[in-house]
Amino acid sequence: MPAQPNQRPNPDTLLERVQREAAQAERGRLRIYFGSSAGVGKTFTMLAAARKLQSEGRDVLVGVVETHGRSETAALTEGLPLLPAKEIPYRDKLLAEFDLEAALAAHPPLILVDELAHSNVPGSRHPKRWQDVEELLAAGIDVFTTLNVQHLESLNDVVGGITGIRVNETLPDTFFDSADEVVLVDLPADELLARLKAGKVYVADKAGQAAQNFFRKGNLMALRELALRRTANRIEDEVQAYRSDQSIAGVWKTEAALLCGVGPDAGAEHVVRSAARLANQLNVAWHAAYVETPALQRRSGAERERILRTLKLAQELGATTAVLTANDGAEGLIGYARSHNLSKLVIGRSGAGRWPWTHRLHEYLARRAPDIDILEIGRGASNGREMPVARSESGEAEEAQSVRIWDYLLATAACMLATLFLTPLRHYFDLANIVMVFLMVVALVAVRLGRGPAVLAAFLCVGAFDFFFVPPRLSFAVSDVQYLVTFVVMLAVGLIIGQMTASLRFQANVALSREERSRALFEFAREMSTVLEAPTLIEMAQAAVAREFRAEAVLLVIDSHNKLQTVTSAAADIGTAQWAFDRGLPAGLATDTLPGSPFLYLPLKTSMRTRGVLAVKPVNPRFLMIPEQRRQLETFGALIAIALERVHYIEVAQEAVLRIESERLRNSLLSALSHDLRTPLSVLYGLAETLPLTAPPLSDAQRTVADAIQVEAKRMGALINNLLDMARIQSGDIQLNLQWQPVEEVVGTALAAMKTTLAAHHVQTEMAADLPLLRYDAVLIERVLCNLLENAAKYTPPGSTLRITAGPQGDMMKISIADNGPGLQAGQEEAIFEKFARGEKESDKPGVGLGLAICRAIIGAHGGRIVAEPASAADATFTITLPLGEPPQMPTEALPQDEDEYVR
Amino acid sequence: MSEPVRTVVVIEDEAQIRRFVRTALEAEGWRVFEAGGVKQGLVEAGTRRPDMLILDLGLPDGDGVDLIRDLRTWSSVPVIVLSARTDETDKIEALDAGADDYLTKPFGVGELLARVRVAQRRTQGSDTRESVFRFGEVAVDLVARVVTKAGQEIHLTPLEYRLLTCLIANAGKVLTHRQLLLDVWGPSHVESSHYLRIYMAHLRQKLEDDPTQPKYLLTETAVGFRLVS
Repeated sequence: MPAQPNQRPNPDTLLERVQREAAQAERGRLRIYFGSSAGVGKTFTMLAAARKLQSEGRDVLVGVVETHGRSETAALTEGLPLLPAKEIPYRDKLLAEFDLEAALAAHPPLILVDELAHSNVPGSRHPKRWQDVEELLAAGIDVFTTLNVQHLESLNDVVGGITGIRVNETLPDTFFDSADEVVLVDLPADELLARLKAGKVYVADKAGQAAQNFFRKGNLMALRELALRRTANRIEDEVQAYRSDQSIAGVWKTEAALLCGVGPDAGAEHVVRSAARLANQLNVAWHAAYVETPALQRRSGAERERILRTLKLAQELGATTAVLTANDGAEGLIGYARSHNLSKLVIGRSGAGRWPWTHRLHEYLARRAPDIDILEIGRGASNGREMPVARSESGEAEEAQSVRIWDYLLATAACMLATLFLTPLRHYFDLANIVMVFLMVVALVAVRLGRGPAVLAAFLCVGAFDFFFVPPRLSFAVSDVQYLVTFVVMLAVGLIIGQMTASLRFQANVALSREERSRALFEFAREMSTVLEAPTLIEMAQAAVAREFRAEAVLLVIDSHNKLQTVTSAAADIGTAQWAFDRGLPAGLATDTLPGSPFLYLPLKTSMRTRGVLAVKPVNPRFLMIPEQRRQLETFGALIAIALERVHYIEVAQEAVLRIESERLRNSLLSALSHDLRTPLSVLYGLAETLPLTAPPLSDAQRTVADAIQVEAKRMGALINNLLDMARIQSGDIQLNLQWQPVEEVVGTALAAMKTTLAAHHVQTEMAADLPLLRYDAVLIERVLCNLLENAAKYTPPGSTLRITAGPQGDMMKISIADNGPGLQAGQEEAIFEKFARGEKESDKPGVGLGLAICRAIIGAHGGRIVAEPASAADATFTITLPLGEPPQMPTEALPQDEDEYVR
Repeated sequence: MSEPVRTVVVIEDEAQIRRFVRTALEAEGWRVFEAGGVKQGLVEAGTRRPDMLILDLGLPDGDGVDLIRDLRTWSSVPVIVLSARTDETDKIEALDAGADDYLTKPFGVGELLARVRVAQRRTQGSDTRESVFRFGEVAVDLVARVVTKAGQEIHLTPLEYRLLTCLIANAGKVLTHRQLLLDVWGPSHVESSHYLRIYMAHLRQKLEDDPTQPKYLLTETAVGFRLVS
């Protein structure tokens, strides 16, 4: 599709591009050394490149390299760090395999992983090595790897056709195309053959004759051409993508897409590969659809499985796949093509036509949809390797079989009954009418029991008619050939009715199961929407999934720390579940990761985060390979995820309400307490103070008492303040009223507040005029300074000097209060900040020792520190450090408009 | 005393507090009327035409702040607020509503009387304002726009001067950050209290002897500033 020059950038396209680029930036980069066959020197080139990077100072790790005993290649690995292989026990042997976990753990910037198409030993995390590579890339590790052209999925059959050897280790083209760089390692055929003769290229002994046949000049030339052409295609794509990126026009494969019709026969695989190649050449998106018709419905389970595998292959080759239900194939394909706006239809060449008058599919399609391009793919050149068809041993099939036998017995019984019923009546009825009754029996059998029993019934009825009714009776001698017509008509009626009934029943079944699915979904959605608590939800979801999918279901959900909970892990493997959870990808059965597991692990993703993992172990594993079932399961998963998220937010909201409620209660309690305690104190204090003002004047003794009351009331007030503050701090978060303000301001207010306490002391302040602003809560810091000053006044004799200094130190502001009093006892520097701690154990100084504990709590809430330093034996220094932060900008004062505004 | 008898209304629900406030004020020569709640307080304030109002914020039948707002619609009598709450927002609210000063319980009688005297002086002095305002060694000539300290001319930037005149106009009264910012910087900067703090620090460095222990340009922690002379 050519880029149109005047196309405006589409916001969605741009967004997609940005997202793609963002995803790419986090991913590791993949470089594939691509060659036409073994022996062209891919591994050698890769190692040489790695050595060069290493010499430039880049860390390189050799994950796995197959040297095939070539000395020059082996020589190159020397000096490169090698990841030890993992040994996996397989059939009483230990097989060495690439150690993915160790590679992920080592997390090198670049890792070499030879032979991308390699199949891992069963029991590895992924069945294929390219899936390991995918995980390395996702972890942000760059990967160098090698690949032969014959291993590319879409070219697999072509190469097989050329060389006569089909390889089982294939790589999806989508993965090859997603590589960031493809480096072609090319060697002319003659040179390769020369190297082969010289023994430089290793050929496995066991491959023997086949391998020798492989390395024929004709083969090598053909393979080289394929490799070159595939690389050229890639480069062309890159150029085109680059061009379109520049103009930000539609690079996206949206229009003129391709639809591939997947047939039930073995050739379908070839058609799918051809369609994939075609789509790639045309640079369009493509779909693959299989139409389930009544005729195909009756195919064996094994065949159906092959169809599903073909669809899976199509998916690996980059197609969007679908299973359609329609009365005939053409109708289904055309409907799908129209609804998805697909203008090209690719189908396999149908067989030579069983009957000369039956239309070939392409002709039929052409007649039904004249506007759609139809491409007919020739039969595969080599059908050497058919999809292996596994016989399914499912109980389902056996059940169907037994039902069939019952049907045939019933048909036989019906015929026998009709004969018994008609025998006494033969004298009263004409033979033509007796035939009619038999015909009715065949028709009824066809309607009730289907085509097969109807055919049997037709045979039996004709036989019975001939034997019991047509003269000569009790013999099969047919005197009149005309009864052959009776037989044919009866058979035809049976077949036609049986066919129609089967088709009707099939449609009814399909409609029923579809309705069943949506009803199940509907009910499940309703169920999920009413649940309010997580445990109930988990229980209900497990039960519903188990019921609906006839499977064992385990729901693993995250706890409040976003960790997967392990409590319900009955049989499910928590490790695999964790993997699925971390990656957000399904794992286990019917996936690419640990397909040997009996469970399928579906991550439950919501818009916010992954809420858990649904582990499902179906009774019949094939069940999950049916796309509809899989989709249904995924929809269930999505519903569970949404329900989990909803429940989570309900809990969050409830917690918030509870917290607000308890905080309000605490605050009202504290303020009530503070009011109730302070009011009587105010009264006490005020009355004591006004006592001397009353008339008649007090005596000196009375005055002393009044003064004492006043002093004690004041001390009581301070104590209550400290206790209430401590209670407030202990009850949780201190609400900080943080504002940018100068340090000297709070020092000033603290000194002003402590004026009377410090009356007998000398106070010196030393701070620069241009100290930066500090962000603090003025009330609380004032409290800290007041406590420190009060302590200093308390523990130093009158006439002592207090020094308050402040200045920046690193990214902190340091404020110190030093006195030249008795100092602190060594070892007491920390203990004094404990609650109810005192400088001296037995002391006549009043106080309960809450002051410093409060100081530490307040400074801690500001992100600072407070320490006591006995600088020398004779004084104590308390130092507060508070973070400086980024003070707000001050606007420079606008210059006055005219000179008069200046104040001189 | 030749002065006319000054009257004060004390609105406070705690009888014992009313008692010692009354004792203290009567000793200073005030005539004291008491009220126990918002409604009675408004009646007293309306009928006694007091020279001063002392008001507790937490009253049983309403909020003291509402009373101030109500009062300010028809009277400019000085209001001193008594608050048992340590929460600064209450004080700021009361001051923004029009109160002149505040005291936090428990408070000393000496402190109360001092505040009362300052508020009294402020209202009396407002009629006969001189063109030169003095505090300590500083003299501010409001007509000539000249600021001197111990006879030395002091350079102030226009904003510093504006801030100083604003404080002088309300000398003795607590001005909240909001009020000062509104007056000096205008309505768009009422949240930028660090402007105010920096200019205040500049003023202190230029006018106070020891800016860390100011005597005239006082900080009311977390509430505002006050100029005392």
